Amino acid sequence: MDHLDQLEAQSIYIFREAFARLKKIALLWSLGKDSNVMIWLARKAFFGKMPFPALHVDTGKKFPEMYRFRDHYGKEWDLDLRVEPCPPIDAVDPTLPPAARSAARKTEGLKMALAKYGFDGLIAGIRRDEEATRAKERVFSPRGLEGNWDVRDQPPEFWDHFNASPPQGAHLRIHPILHWTEADIWAYTKRENIPIIPLYLAKDGKRYRSLGDQDITNPVASTASSIDEILVELEQTKVPERAGRALDHETEDAFERLRVAGYL
Amino acid sequence: MNMIVTSASSATPNGTTRPQVRIVIVGHVDHGKSTLVGRLLHETGSLPEGKLDMLKAVSARRGMPFEWSFLLDALQTERDQGITIDTTQIRFRTNSRDIVLIDAPGHAEFLRNMITGASQADGAVLIIDALEGVRDQTRRHGYLLHLLGVKQVAVVVNKMDRVDFSAARFKNISDEISAHLNGLGVKPTAVIPISARDGDGVAERTGRIGWYKGPTVVEALDRLEPARPLETLALRLPVQAIYKFDDRRIVAGRIESGSLIAGDEIVIMPAGKIAKIKTVESWPVTPVAGRQGAGRSVGITLDRELFIERGDIIAHAGSAPRETRRLRARIFWLHDKPLAKGDQILVRSGPKESRATVVAIEKAVDPGELSSTENKAIARNHVGEIDISLSNPIATDPYTENPRTGRLVIEVAGRIAGGGLVLSVDAGQRAVPVDIVPVESALRSDERSARYRHNGAVVWLTGLPASGKSTLARALERRLFTNGGSPVLLDGDTLRAGLNSDLGFSAPDRSENIRRLAEVATHLARNGHIAIVAAVSPAREDRAAARRIADTAFREIHVATPAEICEERDPKGHYKKARAGALASFTGIGNDYEKPERAELVIDTSTRTVAEAADEIEQMLKTTGVLFDEVVDLAANI
Repeated sequence: MDHLDQLEAQSIYIFREAFARLKKIALLWSLGKDSNVMIWLARKAFFGKMPFPALHVDTGKKFPEMYRFRDHYGKEWDLDLRVEPCPPIDAVDPTLPPAARSAARKTEGLKMALAKYGFDGLIAGIRRDEEATRAKERVFSPRGLEGNWDVRDQPPEFWDHFNASPPQGAHLRIHPILHWTEADIWAYTKRENIPIIPLYLAKDGKRYRSLGDQDITNPVASTASSIDEILVELEQTKVPERAGRALDHETEDAFERLRVAGYL
Repeated sequence: MNMIVTSASSATPNGTTRPQVRIVIVGHVDHGKSTLVGRLLHETGSLPEGKLDMLKAVSARRGMPFEWSFLLDALQTERDQGITIDTTQIRFRTNSRDIVLIDAPGHAEFLRNMITGASQADGAVLIIDALEGVRDQTRRHGYLLHLLGVKQVAVVVNKMDRVDFSAARFKNISDEISAHLNGLGVKPTAVIPISARDGDGVAERTGRIGWYKGPTVVEALDRLEPARPLETLALRLPVQAIYKFDDRRIVAGRIESGSLIAGDEIVIMPAGKIAKIKTVESWPVTPVAGRQGAGRSVGITLDRELFIERGDIIAHAGSAPRETRRLRARIFWLHDKPLAKGDQILVRSGPKESRATVVAIEKAVDPGELSSTENKAIARNHVGEIDISLSNPIATDPYTENPRTGRLVIEVAGRIAGGGLVLSVDAGQRAVPVDIVPVESALRSDERSARYRHNGAVVWLTGLPASGKSTLARALERRLFTNGGSPVLLDGDTLRAGLNSDLGFSAPDRSENIRRLAEVATHLARNGHIAIVAAVSPAREDRAAARRIADTAFREIHVATPAEICEERDPKGHYKKARAGALASFTGIGNDYEKPERAELVIDTSTRTVAEAADEIEQMLKTTGVLFDEVVDLAANI
């Protein structure tokens, strides 16, 4: 087994545990490279068809390429796709900086979707290497009744035994690719031939490393126009992955505040 | 030890082959873990661009001198308190290794986080303050490394600058900790004098520690070996689930040790049933022909239909794990309430779970104390050996024989409260594999359904005592029979007189009672009959087990007559006796009946007649494909 085989096997194990131990789960599909890899892994875990819905909490502000991708592969992959809207921006905490406020809107949309369907588990494609606060996460991460994350009181998790009993009304976040890195995602995408949104590849000296809302995501300088070139670039770069995400740079603790409130 | 990394693995995507090892840094609070991590990242050139400058600027803004540990304190909450509160994972490289560093905190409050981190590690660095020496948390972490199975431990004696780089002081500490670790069966791979703040001994043997001839920290990390591959051990495939998404019946799980290939003769433990692997299924290409080894998540199909459930272990005949209801384990405890003799717990061994009782506690000690006094209960952050009695038999191995299956976790109130190693499995009986080859019926199911005008089913009536289950069951039985069907009544109380006469009313006995009812009912259903089960069956978990056994044949009916009315009826006088205290373990007057959440039908017998209720059941059986729509009028054919 090589490195990617090991990552894959571990993720499949997590998917099967989530499906066995929770009653009603959904996969959060952000349309990005990470959640596409997750869907691929879910299809491996369940032998072709993902047996739970793919939930897209839609801000309405994604790139046109992303919507085209969703509509095409939602069908091709035979997904049970649920698209849920977000509330207007006025409904969101006005003390947050602009980009964080915009992202918080997505959190509100997510809470609405949770209330609508009553999911007890949401599968999210976060990775420990993305951002310092995400490194603190558990694989099965309990969320409070308000969807909030209590960093200080996380249950122990070891030997692939996960705490799968959220209190009544609360839910769990499940993180099947928490142990992957950005380079792993690309290497696996290439090996498995998983489709990607072309915005990740360089055009006119720029490419997107991470895709969010159009108005708060910026491309980074890059000449990598293929996955191979992206992998070479990642070997050399010391620029963090979310450099193009405006919300990470607003204040030291904006991201942490969002996470505590239930942001992915 | 989440992931096993073989030395042939390609850890970097560009094709170079570098083993990846996961390490954890542990030790007493304030002995310098975070400082060492910050320094290691710097010395190995692993810091993101601008990070060091950014943190130096932040420190200046806050009027604090820069410290290496700030690198890790990315969370605002942490900076405020000045303690690392959780595991973070950081990657860096030495000459020949990719290191994944799990920073584990030292504060006693956060032992659960240290365990979360260290349980995934191939190796550990145990850090000791040269001035303070070996402390309680140093010893406790040493003990936990042993319990977690981390065998490669490098010790660093930090803050040597505070003891003037004294070789004598270093030797004292080195001797003390080596003796402690050796006593636990852990041999330190190196004991290294360092100053994490100034850099001595981290990547360089500076003049100030000129008397030291061993490896630096970076060199010691470079010598760590990835975890030992588990393929050479006997096959253990714990079953995570059985999937029937299409016409395949796939048994899914991860191979914890050993390997398998299509055609293998296997035994399913703890029941000891034997079968052959027909195919190894996969996606997008299926089936796969090659041998599958430890670490793989697989799906297999078998050559015969056997009842298998989540938690069973698939092994090769002749090297199967032991089946037991009793075992001894060495555990660490993380829960606020100490674990005491007689406590009811939930034990998880891989995907298998079983309720259990602690029958004995021995050697309960604080691993941080130098000379330990034995306690009666195992307190939080303490360790001990326990004997447990399981309500369901499980298949397991002593950890010395299999490090993956020979461990367990303990849950209290739905939360992981402890864990440890299986020391021994009681009675040592290796269950004799039962070569069960089910004899197929001479009749085809369509022959039966053509005669009965229905498919086989298990109609499960659950509800409080005196809610009307038996009355309804009898009415339904008569109705189905009149229509030419083949109903069979299985009444809980009636079966307790015979088949289940060895069972009482404790939770484990109730579970077993339900399991037997479900097995008998399912057998009848498979042979085309409609088994009507009338049983209080108060535990949701037990009914879920019954549903798993009967599978698609299961139809649950909640007889939801209000409790007051049931008590008023009380035809057997049970409520009266229970109120008088003469009937222990009686379901009805307490709150111990767990209502079904997704019954196929809910019936309140206080608001409808028996005939009306029977109509509703009949209708449900029609719409769910049990009864064929047009009931044959037998009389018309005469």
